[in-house]
Amino acid sequence: METKTRQFRQNSAAALSDANVQNNLAGLYSGFHSARITASAATSDWDELSDVGRRIKAHVIENLDYYLEMLARNVERAGGHVYFAKDARAAADYVAGVARKHSVEMVIKSKSMLSEEMGLNERLEEEGIEPVETDLGEFIVQLAGDTPFHIIAPAIHKSREDVSQLFREALGSPYYEDIEDLGREARVQLRQKFMEAGMGVSGANFLVAETGTVTLVTNEGNGRMCTSMPKVHVAISGMEKVVPSIEDLSVFLRLLIRSATGQMLSSYVTTVTGPRREYEEDGPEEFHLVVVDNGRSRLLADPDLREALFCLRCGACMNACPVYRKVGGHAYGWVYPGPIGAIVSPMLTGLSDAKDLPYASTLCGACKEACPVGIDLPRMLLYLRKELTQGDNYPDQRSASAAESAAMKGWRASVSSDGAMRAANLLARLGQSALSRGGHISKLPGPMSGWTEHRDFPTAAKPFRSRWREMKDQ
Amino acid sequence: MPEFNFPDRPNRVHLFVTCVVDQFFPEVGEAVVKTLRALGEDVRFDAAQTCCGQPAFNSGYWNEAKPLARRFLSLYDGSEPVVMPSGSCAAMVRNYYHELFADDPVNLRRAERTARNIYEFTEYVAEKVDGDRLDELFTGGKFDARVAFHEACHTRRELGVDAQPKALLDLLADRVELPQAEVCCGFGGTFSVKYPDISGAMLRDKLDNIEASGADVVTACDSSCLMHIRGGLQRRGSAVRAAHIAELVAGGLESGG
Repeated sequence: METKTRQFRQNSAAALSDANVQNNLAGLYSGFHSARITASAATSDWDELSDVGRRIKAHVIENLDYYLEMLARNVERAGGHVYFAKDARAAADYVAGVARKHSVEMVIKSKSMLSEEMGLNERLEEEGIEPVETDLGEFIVQLAGDTPFHIIAPAIHKSREDVSQLFREALGSPYYEDIEDLGREARVQLRQKFMEAGMGVSGANFLVAETGTVTLVTNEGNGRMCTSMPKVHVAISGMEKVVPSIEDLSVFLRLLIRSATGQMLSSYVTTVTGPRREYEEDGPEEFHLVVVDNGRSRLLADPDLREALFCLRCGACMNACPVYRKVGGHAYGWVYPGPIGAIVSPMLTGLSDAKDLPYASTLCGACKEACPVGIDLPRMLLYLRKELTQGDNYPDQRSASAAESAAMKGWRASVSSDGAMRAANLLARLGQSALSRGGHISKLPGPMSGWTEHRDFPTAAKPFRSRWREMKDQ
Repeated sequence: MPEFNFPDRPNRVHLFVTCVVDQFFPEVGEAVVKTLRALGEDVRFDAAQTCCGQPAFNSGYWNEAKPLARRFLSLYDGSEPVVMPSGSCAAMVRNYYHELFADDPVNLRRAERTARNIYEFTEYVAEKVDGDRLDELFTGGKFDARVAFHEACHTRRELGVDAQPKALLDLLADRVELPQAEVCCGFGGTFSVKYPDISGAMLRDKLDNIEASGADVVTACDSSCLMHIRGGLQRRGSAVRAAHIAELVAGGLESGG
């Protein structure tokens, strides 16, 4: 996927001025966000589950080499092929190569954010192979020539009317008034593709090391069709998705699903272990697992960022984030939006290019509160800000402007002592007389002009440190 | 066994007034002093105090924040409590100073020690006054005002302070339900300067919810959030007033006393 992290400001401004997008985003609070809170509150051992989940993830990430080897061994033992791809290009080339080998003309896909990282659809199209997204949200996004807006609800920025219009234009269907009719139309369109496709591509929510099993969580059943109908199934997964044993799924399925949609369990949970056995009637003849790094090693190598690899990709942090709920998914400029995206995207695509992302947060902590495995997102955002400013560990990524650095030094001087604070206060009180009106300032110059676009600024008062003298002996 | 009756001696409490209150809202500092004195405390204010360093720290300028943090630690590295009318500044000292000094064992030790003595204002009042005795403070009855409580992010999530201010408000006034009370007002320090339009959109939601609550007054445990909210209310010409919770508590003591 093309990286547009540099355009955060333009893209967020576009989202803020789009009434339709704002309207659709406003539904997240009462929708997914509230559903998660209800579901976790209804789970009596939620805090314990969350703690256990975090500890399992920490253990796996600390021993990732061990579990990835175990996983590969067990996938091969089950008759599958494993490929470790160092980057997106290598991963996409491998998948295209498998398709080519089988003379595949059409690939059906279940939802995968990694596929967006890999630019897999574009890569397949280069080979003259038609990729077909079968998740309803992804299907809509693909028809519209768009990119996902949210990691679990890719088309959440589109209203029912948008989709009715899109289906009429792209599929020649009537203009449907009901969501059910839209779903039926997509089902009819997709059913034929499921029958014809020579290969299925799926993502993975979890990879079970001790059994070599790929686990998928879906609500539409399309994941099961993609992994069982075509002759070839290729599963693609980030290398951090491995868990030790099948029992661990009892923890992670609850944490993931309840945090993502607020359901107790999704409509489908699919587990795939290797290709079809001789005695089985369904399933692919050939199975491949592609395990992708694509920059994840950089997160692994940095102890301050490592816990970003605990992420279950549930989307709870973005639903909880008041900034995401204003600027939406496209503003972040790459595959992963919201708080986790503001950490992962810069580290996977280039920190200094994505310098707005760690700063575009009020550090309110709603993300950390929502995260089912307790990832300390605000702390990592602070760390990335420090790296952008000081470059302690990433000297080549420093990108603080000279003006901002000078302003910060000036501010620090103004609060460096009692005398400095009195002097700054006196200067402010002298300077503000021209600007203030009724005890507040409605228009400030320079870098503060944006502030006073939306709210008044207070005037400086006789400071507390001067008033204390009168209070002291009371 | 003989019984010893030790004479009462007032507790010494330090007021760290915060740079925002010092410069813009000194009346909040005065309200804190009044309240603490009413509780029998011996309030000390050291004029050598400046800023906790949070604006620099949150903007990535850790090297600029360090001298301010060292100044704070040199003033307050002791065993006496330090009270602040700001959840955010209290959280900076309590939860983040140790990040600043990860490679500086002497200051790290001081930061960890000092963290234990840091109190947000309502947290201190609630700890000082037994819950059953809180109502004895306010003998003058409730204000004739509906009050909405904004759950400032760092007060709630970094300090876990939420029940204390609500308990105080319930004694003082008619506390109304504020929809989405726990959602950030969009201030975020330099965030509101760097991204004023995103911040402004968040503020608009907060103001809409405040007005929808039917409150006469909106309050919080943090002057910075209130500066933002007050600035927004003034701009839209709202009749709702913004007041720091210390002002309400001190006002309640006054009407009772």
